[in-house]
Order: sequence, then C-alpha cells, then structure tokens
Amino acid sequence: MTWTLVLLLAAIAYICKFVGLVVVGGRELPPVAERCLALIPATLVSALIVSSTFADGSSLILDARAIGVASAVVAAWRRAPLVIVIVLGAAVTAAVRYFGWLP
Amino acid sequence: MPPAPPNEGRSLAASCIVLGAAVGAFGIAFGVGSVSAGGSVAVTCAMSLLVFTGASQFSAVSVVAAGGNLVAALGGASLLAARNGVYGLAMSRTLTGGIGRRAIAAQLTIDESTAMATAQPSHDQARTAFWWTGLSVYVFWNLGTLIGALAGTAIDPATYGFDAAFPAGFVAMVVPHLRSREGRRAALIGGTLCIALIPFLPIGLPILCAALGVLVGVRRT
Repeated sequence: MTWTLVLLLAAIAYICKFVGLVVVGGRELPPVAERCLALIPATLVSALIVSSTFADGSSLILDARAIGVASAVVAAWRRAPLVIVIVLGAAVTAAVRYFGWLP
Repeated sequence: MPPAPPNEGRSLAASCIVLGAAVGAFGIAFGVGSVSAGGSVAVTCAMSLLVFTGASQFSAVSVVAAGGNLVAALGGASLLAARNGVYGLAMSRTLTGGIGRRAIAAQLTIDESTAMATAQPSHDQARTAFWWTGLSVYVFWNLGTLIGALAGTAIDPATYGFDAAFPAGFVAMVVPHLRSREGRRAALIGGTLCIALIPFLPIGLPILCAALGVLVGVRRT
C-alpha cells in the first residue's frame, strides 16, 4: 500500500467517473443511444445483484446471502420500503449464519 | 409486478442515510484490511477519500496483501472502476448544471448513488437521491475507514449480514426498471451474462459485460 498506488488509482477512478458524466453529459444523442442509456441501470443493477449474492471472488457459491436476498425479493415484491428490504435481507442472512444452516 | 411506492422527501433522505451507514461497516473492514496489508493510517484514509469506489479499493488491497505488484493491483482495481463510467453515462441526463457541480458529482458516481437515483420516478427525486446517497456514503465510508485503520482488529461485517445488505438494497432499486418490457429484458440479459461470466473472467469484467444488455434498446419496440 503505497502513495504511488493510491494516487494512480485515484486518477484512474476519477477519470472513469468524469468521462461518462461530464464529457457525454451535455450532448444531444440520437434516440437509439438515449434508449440504450435509459436501460443501463436495469442491466447493471441486475448484474450487481447476482454478483453480490452468488460470487465469491471468481467462483459461484450458494450461501446465507441467497436466503437473505430471497426474502428481500419477497419484501420488494410486496412493496416494502427500501429500509425494510435492506434490514430484512441483512437480518435473515445473519440469522441463517448464526444458526449454522449455511455459511 | 406492482409499482413501487413513491419515495417522498424525508423518507427518501432517511433511506439514503441508512444505505450510507451500511456502507460504513464495509469502510471499517477496508480500513482493517488496508492496515493489515501494510498501509499506514494516512495512506489508507487517503485511498478512501480520493479513490472512493469500494470494490476497486478492496481489490487493490487484496492484490497487495497477496504480494502482487503495482501493475497487478492497478489492473484489477481499474477494471472495477470502469463501471463508474457507465454509471456516469446513466446519470448524465439527470445531473445537469455547471461543470464544477458535475465535477463534484463525478466523485460521488458509484454503485449506490446511481442505483438509488435511477430508481426514482422523477428527475428531481433522482437528484435528491443521488446527492443524499453519494454524500452519506462518502461520510460513512471515510469514517469507517478511519475507525478500521485505527482499530486494526478484525471486525467481520458478514456476522451481521451486511454483505447481503447490498444485493437486498439493489433488489428494491431494480424494481422500477422492471415495469417496461425492454427493462425486464435488459435486466434478464444483464443478470444472466454476469452470472455466466463470473467463473471465466477476471473480477470486475462480468459486471461491465452485463452492460451489453442495453442493446435491447437498439430495436424499436
């Protein structure tokens, strides 16, 4: 963990964030591109859900998170507020681990 | 699929703060991990303040801890940081205004702020959600990092199920995107691509590849 690593990574990370928001931000885009942009959250948030539920590094595993997230799906389906969905997901996962049903 | 209830003012801000607090627990884990990997408290805190994208930071620290060199640490972390560029694209229609304001917004463009903002029904609420989530995560993440770096003892967020707090939150945030047929298709393709690629590609790349799901928008429906 060196200052060189921190500063280089900070520059790379900021450029990534800045390019999308500022360089493309002020421009009119063709309708096809606008439709695709609007679909980014649907694809990326789904990808974040599956990777943060089933991935452990580069392997796929089924652990307590899957049960917690499944209860979150039910809560979200029943229109529970975001806070409830998050707390339920974490609490169910913690309980499953506490009782040793799944790692 | 029932429509999500609209989040209004105070409850929206409260949700954003709760999300930030959950991220703070991982800030503690990051602080502990970075100090264990040989980072000083100053370097560790500077990383959270300047880099501010959790997955990249964890990746860099784990490579260093495993004995990897600077290039290896930067490579993996940069792959993970690249998706923030796609988030910037998604937020570019909501976060308008002066270059200075957008330059600050850029630093806060991460998983949580983008997912929270794009789940809102209007541009106004999206802006509120973006700033509240971004700033709340920034404060809690850096506070957590400092506590973890100073404490230096292992606190495992998994014990409290915090590792499931993120997918659970993202589940609630994806719901509004599933109302249109295009949205459902894009979500299905994104999720499937990601899970299919996880075993075969370096960490970070599957999520980027999932963005190909937006191509369902090319065909006019």
